[in-house]
Amino acid sequence: MSILGNRVLRVEDPKLLTAGGTYVDDVELPGAVELCYVRSPHAHAGVVSIDTEAARRAPGVLDVLTAADLALAPIVQHLPGIPAEMARPFLAGDRVRFVGEAVAVVLAETRAEAADGAALVEVEYDPLPAVVALEHAASGETLLFPAAGSNVAARIAPAPAPSSAPGAAAPGAEGSIFDDCEVVVSERFVNQRLAPCPLEVRAAAAVLGEDGRLTHWSTSQTPFAVRQALAGALGVEEGKIRVIAPDVGGGFGAKNGDYPDELLVGVLAHRLGRPVRWCETRSESMLALGHGRAQQQTITLGGSRDGRLRAYRLEVVQDCGAYPLLASFLPHLTRAMASGTYDIERVEFESVSLVTTTAPVVAYRGAGRPEAAAAIERAVDRFAAEIGMDPAELRRRNLVGPQRFPFENPTGTVYDCGDYAAALERLLEASDYDSIRAEQAARRSCGETVELGIGLAVYVEITGAADLGGEWSAVEMLPDGTAVVRTGTSAHGQGHATAWSMLVSDALGIPIDAVRFVQSDTDLVARGVGTFGSRSLQTGGVAARQAAERVVELARELAGELLEADPADLVVDPGGGGIGVVGTPTARRSWAELAAAAAERGTPLRAEVDFTPPGGTFPFGAHLAVVEVDTETGGVRLVRLVAVDDAGRILNPLLADGQVHGGLAQGVAQALLEEFVYDAEGNPLTTTLADYLFVTAAELPSFESLRMETPTPRNPLGAKGIGESGTIGSTVAVQNAVVDALAGRGVRHLDMPLSPERVWQSLAATG
Amino acid sequence: MGVKIVVEVNGTAQSHEVEARTLLVQYLRDVVGLHGTNIGCDTSSCGACTVLLDGESVKSCTVLAAQADGRSVTTIEGLAEPDGTLHPVQSAFREHHALQCGYCTPGMVMAVVSLLKENPSPTESEVRLGLEGNLCRCTGYHNIVKAVLAVGATAGATAGATAGAGAAAEAGR
Repeated sequence: MSILGNRVLRVEDPKLLTAGGTYVDDVELPGAVELCYVRSPHAHAGVVSIDTEAARRAPGVLDVLTAADLALAPIVQHLPGIPAEMARPFLAGDRVRFVGEAVAVVLAETRAEAADGAALVEVEYDPLPAVVALEHAASGETLLFPAAGSNVAARIAPAPAPSSAPGAAAPGAEGSIFDDCEVVVSERFVNQRLAPCPLEVRAAAAVLGEDGRLTHWSTSQTPFAVRQALAGALGVEEGKIRVIAPDVGGGFGAKNGDYPDELLVGVLAHRLGRPVRWCETRSESMLALGHGRAQQQTITLGGSRDGRLRAYRLEVVQDCGAYPLLASFLPHLTRAMASGTYDIERVEFESVSLVTTTAPVVAYRGAGRPEAAAAIERAVDRFAAEIGMDPAELRRRNLVGPQRFPFENPTGTVYDCGDYAAALERLLEASDYDSIRAEQAARRSCGETVELGIGLAVYVEITGAADLGGEWSAVEMLPDGTAVVRTGTSAHGQGHATAWSMLVSDALGIPIDAVRFVQSDTDLVARGVGTFGSRSLQTGGVAARQAAERVVELARELAGELLEADPADLVVDPGGGGIGVVGTPTARRSWAELAAAAAERGTPLRAEVDFTPPGGTFPFGAHLAVVEVDTETGGVRLVRLVAVDDAGRILNPLLADGQVHGGLAQGVAQALLEEFVYDAEGNPLTTTLADYLFVTAAELPSFESLRMETPTPRNPLGAKGIGESGTIGSTVAVQNAVVDALAGRGVRHLDMPLSPERVWQSLAATG
Repeated sequence: MGVKIVVEVNGTAQSHEVEARTLLVQYLRDVVGLHGTNIGCDTSSCGACTVLLDGESVKSCTVLAAQADGRSVTTIEGLAEPDGTLHPVQSAFREHHALQCGYCTPGMVMAVVSLLKENPSPTESEVRLGLEGNLCRCTGYHNIVKAVLAVGATAGATAGATAGAGAAAEAGR
């Protein structure tokens, strides 16, 4: 009996539950210099002068550094097409571009002294106009980077999409893709800016060893990328740097990047020859950790009155914040799945990514895909309302059929496999859709002030995108009978220690606690990309499994020699006994014996594998939300959230459920509560967890989570990613539910977050 | 200006001189050296630093170390039995996968211990409202609530059995 597919409790938990994790700020580093950054209170200003004298005289302060003192080149983003003039400096030079941008750093003996010293640094600013509204950014009236000549960081031109329909109207001067559509709906959506809010903020610690090698602890999802960036900044070989991401308290995409304030810790430790550490406060983190989403979308959806969707256009304006980091690239992901699960003949997409005087936007759970799903799913509901068709029925009529896979969508993305209709039907049945609709109608007919709303989303998403490469893993059997598995991925809450141990234990037939899991240390792992984009199991997990299988092959060869048996007759004992002859319990060598024999020969039982999948995988599912909307107060209560998710073959349902739950909650949070707000002058208004409406237990119901398993052909585990799908479906399902609740009162669209005030105002406006 | 304090931390008396401005969480982490209690915010919003002060949950970022003088503090490190047997809340968190990255976990567990002490068999809505001051970004709270309800159900069953036994004794008299 294989352990794979079973609900296995986590090996990570005992320590986390009894002693707590070892996070970066828990790392003991005696004698470390503490850093505190001086951050701009202006959204956009020239830096006239920085007076550090008073700070230098403060107790415990060792030094105060500005951009001029650092003399470091800006950080190069490894993304195509970003103007070089927009590269981000380690500390702002002659200009600050968002509130919270660091202009100086104070070095002191203690954290409190560093903070006290930072308060004494006098910076003279010459305020410039803030650029917050995307229209303002697009106008180019105020430029963040005058040398770049515009505020455009990236663009996807409206190339005509490949059309399989002969004779279809070509886009452009001759006509539009909507020419043959009886019904065309158009709307502008705001997919608002969010703060990712991992519970652990960013921290870093670094020490230069006597051997001249730098060790840098990082709260990163991608320690190898941190090493690369540090090596670039220091001008040293990557081999001279060791980056360790110990326990990391969540990331959600935002801890996947080259942050100057974090990298500077390693740079200064290298220069000073003294240990250096830094930990931001939450209020700093709200300003300086990257934000997520921040797209403005214009949708146009056309089709026939009987509910056949024919043409869709999505125009995206992506807010990059002050420096184009990953956000400039996110529209590519939005484009790749613009038409979602639907068979729409003609799709047009264009986008522009603009810089604004706000915090840089990075990846946040879903990264470009929740935005795509929100656009198409909201558009489909909008179309259904227009033609008076039940939104479930409209979806049913337009889903890509299960016989169409692999399916190339009109933007050129090839979906691996799926059965979207099955997910929808399963959802409708599990939620008892018809009964909820009946209750909704009953409430309406007797004029109840608390309306019921039902929202649907049938989503597909992209995980493990192939252009991000594969992952490395090594498995070694040790003479004490335990195995070590090393991986290039970098878990920060996902439970990879459990999952990888299951894969190895199953291959070798040893108990799960006889496997030691090693990750996130660039000295102990040969190479790696990291954990983001729901890619880990389908890359690193597969590599670990294949490495374990190769160890078995090596062991069979060896056991064959030792037992004088044909390796073909040798099998792994699933009871942990090692390798033996089929049907002959006595003719067997234990793993300890085999490992010892191998070590003696100088050929350890060790194998390593680089696995690169042939392409991304496409998890899918259907989510349904039921909300109550109090039309007198605008208050929304989420009553039910039912989710059918298919992420291919599931390795451990315990872990998969946990990923889905967390994703669902973050979707609800965006739909109903969370928004990072800047005023017109670029002042952030939601800079603490008291102001930013981080979702709590009190606003959520227990979820109804169901699973389908359609194995992907793109990797031997049949696994797709499941880290983000919860968010991708639920966000717009909840949004659709609120709009649906108010449909009888003339409301056709409402942007997120659906705060009581926004809902109430919409009702007041429609009368 | 230093303040002399004596605090019983996880059953052991600790005696230190601390700066008056030292928060209890800073004292626990930086002076006593117990890193299990985490800091997640600076507005007393997140609850990651929740510990028990004389058996009741407090956010240790809103208590000065000096205020803990002469009192007892229990942190995540002191919750299990000395022989390593997990507290029922710790066991339930593992059994129900109520933690992922683990950062909110020490505070969340201590808040749950306190909640169940006040209300041994809470309803789902009582659990959700009771944990409103403890933020978790990973779990969506689903499995945390499940774990708390499971411990509550066990407590309820035990209490019910005790009550039932009492009633039987009453009837037999």
